[in-house]
Amino acid sequence: MPFACIYVPNFPVAAALRAEPELQARAVAILEGKPPLEKTIAVNKKAARMGIAPGMTRAQAELCPELALRPRSPLQEFAAHAALLDCAQSFSPCVEDAACDTVLLDLAGMESLFGPLPEISRALSNRVATLGLEANVAVAPNPDAAVLAARGFSGAGSCGAGALARAVVTVILCGEEAERLGPLPVEVLFADQLGEDRPDGDEKKAASRLLETLDRWGIRNLRGLAALPEVSLSERLGQEGLRLQQLARGAASRTLVPVEAPPVFEEAVELEHPIVLLEPLAFLLNRLLEQLCTRLASRSLATQELHLTLELENFSPFNQQSKIKNQQFLRILRLPLPMLDTKVFLKLLQLDLNAHPPGAPIVKIHLAAEPARPRSAQGGLFLPPSPEPEKLELTLARIAGMVGGNKVGALELLDTHHPEGFRMQRFVAEAPRKNEREKTPAAAEEKSAVTALRRFRPPLHATVTLENGQPTFLVCRKKDVQGEVLWKAGPWRSSGDWWEREAWSRDEWDIALQNSALRNGDAVSFYRLVHDLLGGGWFVEGTYD
Amino acid sequence: MVSSGVSALDALTGGLPRGCLTEICGPASSGRTTLLLAAVAAATRRGEFCAVVDASDALDPHSAAAAGVELERLLWVRCGEDPPQKSRSKPGCPISRAPFAREVGISSQVALDFDRTGWKENSPRQSEHRLEQVLRATDLLLESGGFGLIVLDLGDLPPQAARHIPLTTWFRFRRAVEYTPTILLAIEQHPIAGSCSSLLLQLGSADAAAERRKNAAHGASRGSADRDDEAPEGRKKINLPVQPELALLYPAHAQLLTGLNITAELIRSRLDRKPARSVAFATTTAWAG
Repeated sequence: MPFACIYVPNFPVAAALRAEPELQARAVAILEGKPPLEKTIAVNKKAARMGIAPGMTRAQAELCPELALRPRSPLQEFAAHAALLDCAQSFSPCVEDAACDTVLLDLAGMESLFGPLPEISRALSNRVATLGLEANVAVAPNPDAAVLAARGFSGAGSCGAGALARAVVTVILCGEEAERLGPLPVEVLFADQLGEDRPDGDEKKAASRLLETLDRWGIRNLRGLAALPEVSLSERLGQEGLRLQQLARGAASRTLVPVEAPPVFEEAVELEHPIVLLEPLAFLLNRLLEQLCTRLASRSLATQELHLTLELENFSPFNQQSKIKNQQFLRILRLPLPMLDTKVFLKLLQLDLNAHPPGAPIVKIHLAAEPARPRSAQGGLFLPPSPEPEKLELTLARIAGMVGGNKVGALELLDTHHPEGFRMQRFVAEAPRKNEREKTPAAAEEKSAVTALRRFRPPLHATVTLENGQPTFLVCRKKDVQGEVLWKAGPWRSSGDWWEREAWSRDEWDIALQNSALRNGDAVSFYRLVHDLLGGGWFVEGTYD
Repeated sequence: MVSSGVSALDALTGGLPRGCLTEICGPASSGRTTLLLAAVAAATRRGEFCAVVDASDALDPHSAAAAGVELERLLWVRCGEDPPQKSRSKPGCPISRAPFAREVGISSQVALDFDRTGWKENSPRQSEHRLEQVLRATDLLLESGGFGLIVLDLGDLPPQAARHIPLTTWFRFRRAVEYTPTILLAIEQHPIAGSCSSLLLQLGSADAAAERRKNAAHGASRGSADRDDEAPEGRKKINLPVQPELALLYPAHAQLLTGLNITAELIRSRLDRKPARSVAFATTTAWAG
């Protein structure tokens, strides 16, 4: 039963490089500790070549001018670890979260899906690379052998504190464990206990003593440890010695402890210097969105809701807005359909921030995506065209930026007799439903055109001359709606909402007006004239056109 | 060519051409909006998505529903408000924004005297903004694609403002819609797109002026069916004290606007080079039954 191990060497550096890919070409060191007692805990290969080593103080590291120093970021490491789990779960449902930099997965039965083991290993390595991490991948018949191979065959042979090496893919077949693991140094067995980021404790001291003992015996690699007589080893090192020997032979056996990674898709970046312009913010948002979308894609998911939280500097109570709480500015981007397009998300966020600027410099960006199943739509040759959801969403956002958010969308009639009884709702271009189309009666297409009212918003205030309670002459403040009433129908009385503050009651007249103001003086137009019974005014509400 | 939703008009023009700009012109009460809604209703019945860029925020949702428009398939862009960015511009704002490209070449001295629909008198800046919104929104919708019908409703745009839309804008629209299945329909008072439009229809009232004075609405004196207790739903007749002589001449409460008589004249069609001819058709109000 094969197992795979994904191991990210030098995890703090890898997490920092994932967040800032432009640092790939530079020497990088990660600092930890309270100023001024910060110490380097991890360096990349370029920094190691320059002589920077873990454990140096900040002052020592700063002597190298080309070195990029970054504080250790738990947020970035958390995101990188989540990405690692996403990658593993995209291949196998049985995944063990062995350490922050190590993930184990059960590959039983996966060969029929993904091909032979070497192919799966390469695919795993490539998938991790697309998530912005460089990882060693090892496949072995048991989990511990896979972990040892992944950690041991990492180029420079260093663990945690060593230099970041190129990704290595190792496949150990059944029966080859001892032979393949033999050349690895014995330090690999104590990587968990002796890591730079491990706290000093009994466990670490015991591991150091064991390593020292083996060193005194002249045991430098796993082959030497595997060849020791078991009884003698047990007499000298006890059960721990036997366990280590089993590991060195690649014969240890255990079951995985599977974890169910929660569907949390969050990325964050903390900024050294506050951002005050849209352009650099867009760069960072783009990076975060790319990472989020890659993670979602690896789990075959999309998103329908993005939560952008910006932590602001110099929070002032005077510019407080409804959404700002505790120096945080929250924007929620809701989409009509699940999408997975970085460019669309970025543009939508930009348009949203354009319309709703945070109002203060930004020091931290946190972006979270609510996962959703990707939409499944089957296009058809004979279906009428419909707008692409991504393009349409962008277009609507752009138009809303021009005319206002509540001025664009689809109509929804309300259950009221109020003349303006409607509201705007989000316009969604869904594919036509066949059943509904079939239901459309053919007779509906043949019926005559319905006379439409063309509304004046707001209605025009009019001065009306009445004769026997009926309008005979109308003068609007506007020049082109005035003249003799040639014909009239009404009044039609309607009222409503009397139980509300916005009660309304009115008489409607349909009138034909000899419009003397127009150039073609004999033009006759039909208008809807309204007498507001509560307010007492007369209004021209629209024209029949 | 697809149906315009009015069979008489289809007989005249053969329908509305796809991938082309169609202009429908006419004064108020000439049936432009009726035709607009008929075309939108026909398109939504075909399962297409439509967009109405409403320059004067004049669309009546109830009329649209009565015309048979599937409202969830209609995108309504109500132009007229100031861009939201303008009011929110603050010093120290962490977002920089580029100003909108000035595409409309209308001069700031143009004073639009069409106040009733929001073209405020003596506010050239605002009218400039509104026209800019209309053209920009149309540009974006054309670029987005996928719409079966895009209507540019400039029906309340005064001619002096309409003339300031540069001809290059219409050329751009024509090029954008070319080779697509979209119908671009412009509703105006007078033709403004010049040779960019493939089909130009002039609408007007069919009644003669003299006849109008007597009976302006063709259903105005249609006898008892339109009278008294047969008032349509939602229109309650009330009794007012009426003088006997007025009652003899059909009192107002006995009248009912049942529709309009429309004439449509085919001014230009690039697809059919026959001499100009016209057709008449009648519309009915939603409550006429």
